[in-house]
Amino acid sequence: MEGLFFNVDTGFLEGIVRGYKSGTLTQSHYASLAQCETLEDFKTQLSATDYGNFLANEPSPLSTATIADKATQTLVDQFNFIRSNSVEPLSKFLDYITYGYMIDNVVLLITGTLHERDTHELLERCHPLGIFDTMPALCVATNVEELYQSVLVETPLAPYFRDCLSAADLDDMNIEIIRNTVYKAYLEDFYNYVSTIGSTTADVMHNILAFEADRRTINITINSFDTELTKEQRAKLFPAIGRLFPTGNNALAKADDIDQVRQVCENVSEYRSFFDNSASAQTNGDLGDFGVAAQLEDRFFRMEVHLNKLAFLQQFQYGVFYSYVKLKEQEIRNITWIAECIAQDARDRIHDFIPIF
Amino acid sequence: MLDMGYKTYTSFGLPTFLVIIVALYLLFTDSGEAFDVGRFLEETSPFVWGSLGIGLCIGLSVLGAGWGIFLTGASILGGGVRTPRISTKNLISIIFCEVVAIYGVIMGIVYSSKLQTVPEAQLYTRDNYFTGYALFFGGLTVGFCNLLCGLCVGVAGSTAALADAADPTLFVKVLVVEVFGSVLGLFGLISERKHLFYDITH
Repeated sequence: MEGLFFNVDTGFLEGIVRGYKSGTLTQSHYASLAQCETLEDFKTQLSATDYGNFLANEPSPLSTATIADKATQTLVDQFNFIRSNSVEPLSKFLDYITYGYMIDNVVLLITGTLHERDTHELLERCHPLGIFDTMPALCVATNVEELYQSVLVETPLAPYFRDCLSAADLDDMNIEIIRNTVYKAYLEDFYNYVSTIGSTTADVMHNILAFEADRRTINITINSFDTELTKEQRAKLFPAIGRLFPTGNNALAKADDIDQVRQVCENVSEYRSFFDNSASAQTNGDLGDFGVAAQLEDRFFRMEVHLNKLAFLQQFQYGVFYSYVKLKEQEIRNITWIAECIAQDARDRIHDFIPIF
Repeated sequence: MLDMGYKTYTSFGLPTFLVIIVALYLLFTDSGEAFDVGRFLEETSPFVWGSLGIGLCIGLSVLGAGWGIFLTGASILGGGVRTPRISTKNLISIIFCEVVAIYGVIMGIVYSSKLQTVPEAQLYTRDNYFTGYALFFGGLTVGFCNLLCGLCVGVAGSTAALADAADPTLFVKVLVVEVFGSVLGLFGLISERKHLFYDITH
């Protein structure tokens, strides 16, 4: 039944976003990009794709940072086009997508201010999709309470900060705790919102958000080994959604090393393969714990790309918008990686990106 | 959740409540016999049934066709921004939806030829009752058939447009689905024409 009324408000935008998606780089594009000798060749190859002449006005020599910035700007332009043409409930859904970036920006500004960096420099490093009006005022941060009362209460992030107002001082670890608490509240809120806007959107987005929650849970667990984070504090950062909730979360809260994490993930069939090869690699002695974590991160990215590709198989749902943004981000990471490898002449690792289509 | 409560109350609770109040009123004021279905059927003019049938026939068919056209059209417009080549080929989906409205118009014209002026005195005969009911249910059937056919072709057409934009070889395959969908409207048309011929030869 969702197909009967979806096209009234969103049919045109769904067609637009599927058009954007058909312009994402394929394996053949990546192959020709990887064969470029210089960044100028790279720019020429990219101009034949949907990116077009996005680097046309840049002075040579090009830097990879410029390429990444301009590519992100194309994504932002596309997102803003869709956002300005949308109505409720799609516009609220698209706003939810931006909240994740807003959280990253807020944490970046707070951390930067603590380390006494220049305000303008920090504002330039913010992600463009997560910009909100009162952002510069965050640079006068002293403690969270004041931050909340003066700035955050008017932003859409206000309800997510309620749980962490009790954080004492703003130091590096507390800021990470704040970031993860706020992100947990955001994920749970997004998950609940998505359940109210229709069954197909809920089906697609629940899978994606559940995986995101599990990924964060596993990452928090692994990153908190050998730090001062207590197990109770760790357990409070796990989102209450996903396949690992509640038993997996409880087990991970008590875990002490990677083997226990692997055992917990064995119970979920989709995540079993994340730790598979790492066992054999450890017996080779090649990878230490750091190598396992890097491999895990790679596997997480692949799974995320896989789930986002699945969203395009269903019509008449909003998941395509979320998935397009995530896939485009992955593509930007890929071309930045290739550009870096070309610039630093490290061609042996140039194929270490995650292909999408 | 609160909003769902209000909707359920007004759409189910209120009409049920009103019906119960009216029924109990008739019961307790000893006028229960005022509720007489047989008298209602005998006293309503067959013209009411016939006209309702024709109206529903055209109305529901056009509703189905229009619904299908906007479903497909929105997707063609969206997909055509990046892939302009799809816009001409996918007009065939719009034509399939349009045909549904034409079926409704044809049946409407055929049915309306059965309506002739009859003076009041000779109106309530058995044959006239039959014609009235036949036109009503025939028109209702054709209307619903065409409504659902239009919806089906519309959704399939929307998917065909987006599939065509992604991969041109898919268009013909999804079109087969649409053709089967448009046959539904044809079923309604044919079965109601046979139904009407029964009326003539009866």
